[in-house]
Amino acid sequence: MSDLILESPALPLRTQRRPRRIRLGASLAIGFLTLVIVAALAPQLFAHGDPLAIVPRDAFHPPGWAHWFGTDQSGRDIYSRVIHGARLSLFVGLAATALAMSIAIVLGLLGGLGGLRTDRGVGWLLEILFAFPSLVLALLFVAIFGSGIGPLIIATGLGAAPGYARMVRGQVLAVRNAGYIEAARALGHPTRRIIWRQLLPNAMRPLIVTLTMGVGQAIVWASALSFLGLGARPPTPEWGTMLSMGRDFIANAWWLTFFPGLFIVLTTLSTTVAGRYLQQRLEGRLT
Amino acid sequence: MTTTSLTVSSPDPRRQRLIRLGRRAAVRLGGGLLVLWAVATLTFFALRLMPGDPVQAILGGPSGNPTPETIAEVTREYGLDRPLAVQYGLYLARLVQGDLGVSYSQHMPVTRVLAEQAGPTLELTLSALVLAWLLVLALTVFTAGRRSWVGRLASLAETLCAALPHFWLGIVLLAVFAFGLRLFPPAGSDGWRTLVLPTIALAVPLAGFIGQVTRESLELTLDQPFVLTARTRGLSDAAVRFKHALRHAVLPGVSLSGWAIGALISGAVVIEVIFSRRGLGRQLYQAVQLQDLPLTIGISLVVAAGYVLANILVDLVYQWIDPRQKETLA
Repeated sequence: MSDLILESPALPLRTQRRPRRIRLGASLAIGFLTLVIVAALAPQLFAHGDPLAIVPRDAFHPPGWAHWFGTDQSGRDIYSRVIHGARLSLFVGLAATALAMSIAIVLGLLGGLGGLRTDRGVGWLLEILFAFPSLVLALLFVAIFGSGIGPLIIATGLGAAPGYARMVRGQVLAVRNAGYIEAARALGHPTRRIIWRQLLPNAMRPLIVTLTMGVGQAIVWASALSFLGLGARPPTPEWGTMLSMGRDFIANAWWLTFFPGLFIVLTTLSTTVAGRYLQQRLEGRLT
Repeated sequence: MTTTSLTVSSPDPRRQRLIRLGRRAAVRLGGGLLVLWAVATLTFFALRLMPGDPVQAILGGPSGNPTPETIAEVTREYGLDRPLAVQYGLYLARLVQGDLGVSYSQHMPVTRVLAEQAGPTLELTLSALVLAWLLVLALTVFTAGRRSWVGRLASLAETLCAALPHFWLGIVLLAVFAFGLRLFPPAGSDGWRTLVLPTIALAVPLAGFIGQVTRESLELTLDQPFVLTARTRGLSDAAVRFKHALRHAVLPGVSLSGWAIGALISGAVVIEVIFSRRGLGRQLYQAVQLQDLPLTIGISLVVAAGYVLANILVDLVYQWIDPRQKETLA
């Protein structure tokens, strides 16, 4: 009862003050992300054109009614390419984040639950991975294993993994001595079951937000690598590759690079805004 | 700072702090050296596990066409006919002497390439770091904690900046200011005019990230009792913000600087390629493209060394600003 009294004066005031701004931003962000996901699953819904169709006499059309985002040096429709590019860009971002998180969970569990020595070892491994700036680590990986979509995903994932691993380890350490873990242990549940049913779900909860934002970051890093010509090969519709292809023509055809880049920016921005909204909801301080 | 009577009665706190700082620096440097050793070891074995003949890699990759004599010579010189452990020892010995091998795309020692290219990259990353912090201070100090449209607008600007990938920003800046308005040269690395656009492209996303963190901590700090005390002493709003709140509020931003340096180096690779600037980043990119392994590894190792050192430095600065940090052996 006392809790209610303490909280009630503060809550309505805050919800009155700025309810619309956050809802508006968050709904715009979630709306855009939904569009991108639908575009990735069914690009035909938005773009009827073939993203690879070459029409030489339509080359370098500026944005207009016929071609919303203009055409590139071979007359390919940029709008179709951006829409079709969502699939690969999103897939690379998701796969890289999933890989990074898997590595992070293994290392984090080892570090948080293993003995002192294992923890030191994990700490070491992380320090070594942390010694390289992420793009340098990715470039080193590409230098040794070659370029392409697979190495692109692995390189991006490896670059992001140490940061996540540090967070997972911290979470595991924070959760491992919680009451419900002790209760589960007292009930005689096997360790594996406790890890999967109690420890991981609780440790991962704060990381959901980081993951949402992480996908956006992974898309940016993967685009950077593609932009450097180390990812998907042209003329594959992929945002970073499109940027890289358009770079040679920025002096007279800005739309070749502007629109793919805009979609990268909007996707990152949306993941950030949506992630923050999620965070506020999870922490229960929705203002 | 304090009155003389206080400093006389207790051992000089400033000196004690310096001693503590020195001890921490030594511990961190030792740890950093160990990490670098591990990094070098890892790259050595990664290379040996790689498909392909290391002799060929040394002699110019697949394109090189060495004679049997040169192959034999290189095999002997690099000790490739000896056991792996001996090879590893030789590799480490070379590394300690500062011998990183010979770049086969440039036909000169990797260390010379590094010496030539490090300057422009340092120039670019440092100016970007300075500009980023200036932007952060300008954006946050005056607008934090004001529940007005100013604060919201600034906060929105930060989120937007943080979402801008530097490579896209670089291209847009290039299209608008170099090709459109012709205010700055589109490429090159001589003179301050070539530095302007790359610096902005690197600094703006960074400022977005640091700004978000700094704003949050500044808003928390402005609610602290000591800020109220300062205000009741009649200090102006600007003085409160700059002299009292800022010192506390920059802490998360400073601790983020270690990460920021990494982001700057990563960004420098892309930005140097876009603006055709000389520098380590573009050199690394070219080395990867030409499959010039000695150069790739040389640059990566040196960048890693610089990054580790910078992180140690950031840690020490952090402790200097915030003496409450307990000395921990991490």
